[in-house]
Amino acid sequence: MHETTIEQAAAGDGHSIAEAKKHMRTYAIVGVALAIGTGLTVWAAFINFGSREINIIAALIIASTKGFLVAGFFMHLISEKKLIYSVMVCTVFFFAALMFLTLMSMQHDNIVHMR
Amino acid sequence: MEIPYAVKARPDTGLYNAKVGIWLFLASEVMLFGALFSSYILLRVNADPGTWPLHLLNVKLGALNTIVLILSSVTVVFGWASLKMNKFGSYKVFQGITILCALTFLGIKSVEYRDKFHHYEVQLKNNTIVDGHIDPANKDTNFFAFESARTVTNHAELMSPPEESALKEIKVPMSEIKDRTDGKGKEIENYGPWHSSYFAIYFVLTGLHALHVIGGMIVIFAIWGPLAKVWKTDPERYTNRVEVSGLFWHFVDLIWIFLFPVLYLL
Repeated sequence: MHETTIEQAAAGDGHSIAEAKKHMRTYAIVGVALAIGTGLTVWAAFINFGSREINIIAALIIASTKGFLVAGFFMHLISEKKLIYSVMVCTVFFFAALMFLTLMSMQHDNIVHMR
Repeated sequence: MEIPYAVKARPDTGLYNAKVGIWLFLASEVMLFGALFSSYILLRVNADPGTWPLHLLNVKLGALNTIVLILSSVTVVFGWASLKMNKFGSYKVFQGITILCALTFLGIKSVEYRDKFHHYEVQLKNNTIVDGHIDPANKDTNFFAFESARTVTNHAELMSPPEESALKEIKVPMSEIKDRTDGKGKEIENYGPWHSSYFAIYFVLTGLHALHVIGGMIVIFAIWGPLAKVWKTDPERYTNRVEVSGLFWHFVDLIWIFLFPVLYLL
């Protein structure tokens, strides 16, 4: 009874026991990739690319890749339901808007000076 | 009253309610941290040249904490997968490691915080600055005693870490320290949030993140320990709880993945 319930739970969520085992291997590989990514982030930060901007872009690209691995595999975003994707699309839209406004505020010509 | 769809998925969404709830909560969290990242960008871009520190934090400890959080994220998903395979014993071990990782992270972070609160900058009457770490046990009313410090002539020199060879024990007579312009004591300041814009945003971002680590750890511990009996009566509900707490934990890891390069390396 107890085992059946768990198996049913796994199957109901699209995860058989065999799949769960396979996923554990994937999680381990992702974990190693994240650790390597951390080493890469530190290494890239101390390399002189000729411009500080390139260091910043390199660090953000590595961090974004690591973020994708965590969200995609650990949080199962690569195989989620439509509703979760809808929530994510809204979040990305408002986050992008926030960053856009931040960048816009850095354009000094656009600042209205109050008396 | 029975809460609907706490265990089984709703037919229209294909999700149980707690999972929808945690994703909506995480969406609001993205905006919370997004606002603070936005503040960071504005503070950094508008900082005067030579006033934004580079590599002043301990990169080794920051990288170690990143590895600790990554390890904890792996053990969280391992724990959840163990429950899916009906291996409750393995789950207990993996989540136990997660809790230890959380404590390790907080321990390392508190060491870093302690270091900053014992790091002082003292301005002298001859316009030089003595900057370094004090020994809190060594208190003297006539001297300000540094365990290891350097003397510099301007603030810009303090924006990068010193060479080890430049550090030495320094005792500054209190009479040589400049008085504050507001008359409230001497020009002595540690590297707390009040030190500069950089440390203000550093403490806010990492402090808020640490609160999330503490909150996540408490929830994971509660499910792992006192609430573990639910596994015997309702294993599916228990597995869902582990999944939801795990989603929060991965988000905490995700935030740190961006905080580490932004605050420690760039």
